[in-house]
Amino acid sequence: MIHSLFLINHLGDIFLEKHWKSVISRSVCDYFFEAREKAVDPENVPPVLQTPHHYLISIYRGKLFFLSVIQTEVPPLFVIEFLHRVADTFQDYFGECSESVITDNLVIVYELLEEMLDNGFPLATESNVLKEMIRPPNILRSVVNTLTGGSNVGETLPQGQLSNIPWRRAGVKYANNEAYFDVTEEIDAIVDKSGTTVSAEIQGVIEACVKLSGMPDLTMSFMNPRLLDDVSFHPCVRFRRWESERVLSFIPPDGNFTLMTYHISSQNLVAIPVYVKQSINFFEAGSCGRLDITIGPKQTMGKTVEDLKVTIHMPKAVLNANLTATQGNYTYDCTTKMLVWDIGKLNPQKLPNLRGSLSMQTGVPNPEENPSLNIDLKIQQLAISGLKVSRLDMYGEKYKPFKGVKYVTKAGKFQVRT
Amino acid sequence: MQEWANQLCENRQFGSKMTDSKYFTTTKKGEIFELKAELNSDKKEKKKEAVKKVIASMTVGKDVSALFPDVVNCMQTDNLELKKLVYLYLMNYAKSQPDMAIMAVNTFVKDCEDPNPLIRALAVRTMGCIRVDKITEYLCEPLRKCLKDEDPYVRKTAAVCVAKLHDINAQLVEDQGFLDTLKDLISDSNPMVVANAVAALSEIAESHPNSNLMDLNPQTINKLLTALNECTEWGQIFILDCLANYTPRDDRESQSICERVTPRLSHANSAVVLSAVKVLMKFMEMLPKDLDYYGTLLKKLAPPLVTLLSAEPELQYVALRNINLIVQRRPEILKHEMKVFFVKYNDPIYVKLEKLDIMIRLASQANIAQVLAELKEYATEVDVDFVRKAVRAIGRCAIKVEQSAERCVSTLLDLIQTKVNYVVQEAIVVIKDIFRKYPNKYESVIATLCENLDSLDEPEARAAMIWIVGEYAERIDNADELLESFLEGFHDESTQVQLQLLTAIVKLFLKKPTETQELVQQVLSLATQDSDNPDLRDRGYIYWRLLSTDPVAAKEVVLAEKPLISEETDLIEPTLLEELICHIGTLASVYHKPPSAFVEGSRGVQHKRLPGSTESPDTTSAAAVSDAPPAVIPSQGDLLGDLLNLDLTPPTTTGPPPPASSENNLILPAIGAGFGAPPAAMPASFSAPVSGGLDDLFDLGGGVGMPMGAYSAPKTVWLPAMKAKGLEISGTFARRSGVIQMEMTLTNKAMSVMTDFAIQFNRNSFGLAPAGPLQVLTPLNPNQSIEVTLPLNTVGPVMKMEPLNNLQVAVKNNIDVFYFSCQYPISMLFVEDGKMERQVFLATWKDIPNDNEAQFQIKDCHLNAASNKLQGSNIFTIAKRTVDGQDMLYQSMKLTNGIWVLAEMRVQAGNPVYTVSTAACAYS
Repeated sequence: MIHSLFLINHLGDIFLEKHWKSVISRSVCDYFFEAREKAVDPENVPPVLQTPHHYLISIYRGKLFFLSVIQTEVPPLFVIEFLHRVADTFQDYFGECSESVITDNLVIVYELLEEMLDNGFPLATESNVLKEMIRPPNILRSVVNTLTGGSNVGETLPQGQLSNIPWRRAGVKYANNEAYFDVTEEIDAIVDKSGTTVSAEIQGVIEACVKLSGMPDLTMSFMNPRLLDDVSFHPCVRFRRWESERVLSFIPPDGNFTLMTYHISSQNLVAIPVYVKQSINFFEAGSCGRLDITIGPKQTMGKTVEDLKVTIHMPKAVLNANLTATQGNYTYDCTTKMLVWDIGKLNPQKLPNLRGSLSMQTGVPNPEENPSLNIDLKIQQLAISGLKVSRLDMYGEKYKPFKGVKYVTKAGKFQVRT
Repeated sequence: MQEWANQLCENRQFGSKMTDSKYFTTTKKGEIFELKAELNSDKKEKKKEAVKKVIASMTVGKDVSALFPDVVNCMQTDNLELKKLVYLYLMNYAKSQPDMAIMAVNTFVKDCEDPNPLIRALAVRTMGCIRVDKITEYLCEPLRKCLKDEDPYVRKTAAVCVAKLHDINAQLVEDQGFLDTLKDLISDSNPMVVANAVAALSEIAESHPNSNLMDLNPQTINKLLTALNECTEWGQIFILDCLANYTPRDDRESQSICERVTPRLSHANSAVVLSAVKVLMKFMEMLPKDLDYYGTLLKKLAPPLVTLLSAEPELQYVALRNINLIVQRRPEILKHEMKVFFVKYNDPIYVKLEKLDIMIRLASQANIAQVLAELKEYATEVDVDFVRKAVRAIGRCAIKVEQSAERCVSTLLDLIQTKVNYVVQEAIVVIKDIFRKYPNKYESVIATLCENLDSLDEPEARAAMIWIVGEYAERIDNADELLESFLEGFHDESTQVQLQLLTAIVKLFLKKPTETQELVQQVLSLATQDSDNPDLRDRGYIYWRLLSTDPVAAKEVVLAEKPLISEETDLIEPTLLEELICHIGTLASVYHKPPSAFVEGSRGVQHKRLPGSTESPDTTSAAAVSDAPPAVIPSQGDLLGDLLNLDLTPPTTTGPPPPASSENNLILPAIGAGFGAPPAAMPASFSAPVSGGLDDLFDLGGGVGMPMGAYSAPKTVWLPAMKAKGLEISGTFARRSGVIQMEMTLTNKAMSVMTDFAIQFNRNSFGLAPAGPLQVLTPLNPNQSIEVTLPLNTVGPVMKMEPLNNLQVAVKNNIDVFYFSCQYPISMLFVEDGKMERQVFLATWKDIPNDNEAQFQIKDCHLNAASNKLQGSNIFTIAKRTVDGQDMLYQSMKLTNGIWVLAEMRVQAGNPVYTVSTAACAYS
C-alpha cells in the first residue's frame, strides 16, 4: 500500500512529506530526480519507477509532482487515482493546487492527508465526508475561530460515512432547490494534411450542480440513449436501471459532482465542426518559410463557432514570424517556439486567414518535422454528438425544484497535421 | 485576546492573509526554545497554535523531535483538533523516543473507551501507527474490543489496525487470535468493514504466502460479491483483487461471478475498471467458447479499455501496459479499435512508445494501410527515441503482415532518402530483418543501402549492413572493397561489428574464393591473434579450422539455410503471459515480469495460472498461440534468473551444479538434459503445468525449512562449575529449520539436587531472546547431565554489544543466579530468504559506499564445495562468472534484523587463497 508521499515543485525541491508507515528517507527521491533529469520535460517523466527497494509512482499536476513511495505489490492505477484525488481535494479546498497555497495551509493539508489514508488504505476520499471532518479554510471562519477558540475539525462522525449512500450527507436544507446539469463534449481528432479525418472521438461529461433538500431521488432520461455505449458513472447511479431502461436513476451527492462520463468513438457519429486549409513551407535557399492558414466551418449544426484559436509548435530553426491576420491577433514566442493565433468568433461569410513569412536560422538544415496545428474552439448550446436530455424527474421529496441543462462542445485534442 | 486582535490588525495592515506560512517566521532566540515556551503556556489557544507550528515544521522535514515531552503533555485535552494534531506528531516521532511514547499509552487506552466513535477509532488507529514494541503490548486489549465494537466505523478502522500490528509484530497478532477475528469480519454486515478486512487480510497474506489466510469458498465469494456493490471505490478494488485469486468450481459459477462483476466496468475509477477486467479475463478462460455469454463478454470488455485511454497520461500509461498483455492473449477484443492508439503529438513520450507497441500488435491485413500511413507520419517527428521506434515498427509490420511487406520496404526506402542519420540507421537494421524473413525478394534495394554506408556510426546499424553485404556478397560487385573498408578500423569496432565482419568475410570467401584469400587471412589473424575477446577468438579459430580442414563442410555450415524469423520474437512467452494476465493491474503487469522476479521479500510468491477451459482447446488464434510448442527463447536475463533459483534445491537432487552465467544459449539444452527434461521443452517447462517434476523442485526451493544441516560448532564450556556453585554449562548455537537454537549441556557437579531452572538474556545486538522457557523438567541429580535445546527468537530488546556477537546470559536455579557471556556465530542469524534478486544485487552492490566494505582472505577451499556449504548456512550464491581467469562468486545473505550482506568471492585459478569482499547495507 501507499507508504509515503512527497510533494515536489518544478525546481526539484521537496516541500512536503507525509509517511503513513515508518519514515522513509528523502534520499529515495534521488532516483526520481535522476529520471526527471533524463526526461528533459517534466511531462515526460515515467509515472512508475523501480528502485532497488521501492517503487515510485508519481503524477504531474499543476507544475507539481505528487510522488508516492510503494514497498509492496499494489495496483499502480489505484495509487495514481488516489494521487489525483489528493490533488482534486486540494483544488476543492483551496481553489487551486499550487505550492504556495499548500505551504500556506500546511496544517490542513497534513490533516487532510491523514484523514484520506490510513496505513496506506484510503479512508475518506469523498469531498462531502472530508468537509465535515475538516472544514475548508475561509477568512471569516479563521477570524471567528481565533476569537472564540473554535476549531476547524468536526467533532462528530460524519453521517454519510457509513450509510449506503456515503456520498450524501443527511439533513441537507436549501431555501431554493435547484439542479443544474452541464453536458460538455470534447472532440479529440487527428486530421491529416489532405483534410481527411484520421481518427475522431468524443469525450463527453455530464457535470452536475445539485442543491436539493432532503433525500431527492432523481431520474434523468435521454432522447437518444442509444448513443451511449461506453459510459462510466458516479457511484450514485443505479447501474441496473441503466442496463434495463437506459435511464439514469440516482440519489445525488450534495453540490458539484461528475454524474457521468462517456465516450463516443464510432467515427460516423463525430462531426468535425471546422476545416483548415494550410500550407507551411520552408525553403532551402534564403532561409525563410511561408505560412498560409485559412479556417472555415464544416459541420456546425447551424451554431456559431466561438473562441477559435490555433496553436502551432514551430520547429527550432524558426526565429520569427512576420504574418498578417484578417481576423484576430497572433503572437509568436521565440523561446517556446509557439505561434498562437487567437481568432474569436468564426464568420462563415468572411473566413479568417493568416499568412506571411517565417524567418529561419541561417546555416541550419531545413527542419525535418512538420509542425502540427492544435485547434481550440467552443460551440454553445450544442452537444456535437446530438445527445439530448429529455426529462428530469424527482421522487422522494415534495417541493418543486428548478432544473436546467446546458450543452457545450469544445475541442479537446484537436490536431491538424501538415 | 488583545494580543490576537493586535496581530490580526497587523496582518491586515500588511495585506497578508492568515496562513500557515506564518509558522515559519523565526526569532533570534531560536525556534525550538520559543516553541517549548508556547507549548507549556496556560492558554489553550496558544498551545494549539504552537502545536500547529510544530506540525508545520515536521511536514517540511525539520527535526522537532526535541519537543516530544512538551507536545505529549498537550495530549490530555477535550479539543479534538488539538488531540489530532498531537497524534500526528506522535506517529512521526514515537519511534525515536520509545520511552517517552509510553507516557501516551494511558490516554490512548482511555480514548478507546470514549463514547464518541470518532475518538475510539482515532485512538486505535493512532496506536497502531506507533511502531514501538512496548506500546503494541498495550494495544492488544483495546484492539480486541474495537474489532467487536458496535459502531462499524470503529470496526473498519480496527481491521486496518490488525494489518499494522502484523507489520510490527506478526507473532503477536497470531498468538492473540486477531487473524481469526479478521476472517470473521468478512461476514460483517457493513460492506465497508468487509472491504477493509479483505484489504488487511490481503496485505498480511502477502508476507505469509503459504498460509491459507483467505479461505475462499462459494459462501465467502458470495459475501464479497454482495459487499462489492455497496462499498467505496477503494474497497471495490480490494475485493476485486481478492476475487481474482479464486478458482471457480465450474463454468456456471464462473459465469455467475462474471455477470456480477461486469457492472464495475462502468465505474469512474480506472483502478476499479482494470481490476474488474482482471477478474473477467481470468474467469473467461473457464467459459465454453460457443456460449452466447462468452461473446457478449468479449464485446463488453472493449469500451472500458478504450475509455481508460482518455484519462490522465499516467493512467493511460498503466492502462496501455496492461492492454499490451490483453491484446496478446485475446487480440479479438480490441481488433477494431486501432484508431484510439494513434499517437497525438503532445502525448508524453512514455505514452507514445506504448501506443506504438500496441499498434503493431493489432496490425493486420485489414488495417495495415492506415497503420503504415501513421508510422510514416511518426517517423518525421522530433523525438529521436520515438522516431527510431516508429521506423522499427515499420519493419515489424513487414514481418507480421506479409501482404504489406512491399509497401513497408518502399516506405523505408523513402525514409532512407531523408538522410536523417538515425532514421537511416534504424531503417537498415530493420531491412536486415526483412531480408531474413523474405529472402531473395527485396535485394534490389541493396544498392540504395550501400550508398549510405558512410553515415552509419552505430554498431547495430554497421553490423546489420555488414551482414547484408556478406549474405548477398555474390550480388554486390564491390563487396570485397566494402568489407575491406570496414577492416581498417577493426580494433576500434564493437564486438558485435567485429563478429559480424568476421562472418561476412568468411561468407564472401566461400562465395568468391579466388579474389578474397588475402582478405580472409587478414581477418582471421586479426580475430585470433590480436584480439582479447574470447568469443571473437573462438569464432575465428573455428572458421580457420573449418576452412583449412574441409572447405566443403565449411560451406555447408556457414552458408547453411537460415531459419526464417517470425513476428513471435517479440511476443511474451505464453506461460509468462498467462501468469501476467492473472496479475493485470499490478506492478508485475507494468513491468511485464512475474512478481517473483522483483517483488521484495517474496520468498514464495505462488505462480498464478489461468484456470483451464472446461472444453477441449479449440483452434482460435489465441489458443493456438498458447498451445504451440514454445519456439521462442525467452530473453536471457529472465531465464538465467530462473536457473539461478535452482540453487536452493538440495544438492542430492539437482544433479549438475548451477551454470555459470554465460553469453551462450548453447548451455540451455545441456542443463535441460541434466534434469531429464527434453531440451526443446526447456523454456516452457519452467512454469508449464505438465512438468510437475521441476515445479516440485521449485516448491522445495521456496519452502523455508530446508533439510540441510548448517554448520554448528562443537560445544564449549561457557560456565565452569567452580564459578556457579557446581553447575556447569557448556553449549553451542545452531540454526535448524530456520530456528535459532541454543544447545546446552547442564551438568550438576555439586552434592545437592538442582531444580527450578530459568534463563534470561541481557539486551544484545540482534535482539536475541529465548522463545520459550528453559525446559528442564526433572530435577538435576548430582553428577547427572542433561541436554537442553532452547529455541531463540530475535524480537527482544536491542543494544549494541562489544564484540557485536556477544551475548550475556543469566541462569537461575534453586541455588542462585549465575551470569556468563558467550559469543554466537553470526551465520546463525542468516535467514532463509536471504537470496537477493540478481538485478537488485547488482544495483545494491553499486550503491553501497566503499566504507561499508571489508576484504579478507581465506585459504584452501574448493569453489563448488564452498558454494554448497555456504548454502547450508543461508549464504546464497547469486551468480558465478569468470572474469580474466578468476572465478567470481557473488553471494548474498540477510540478517534477522533485515540487514543485507553482499559478498564477492574471488578465486585465482591454481591459487588456493580466496579473496572475499563483503559489503553490508541496511534497509527497512
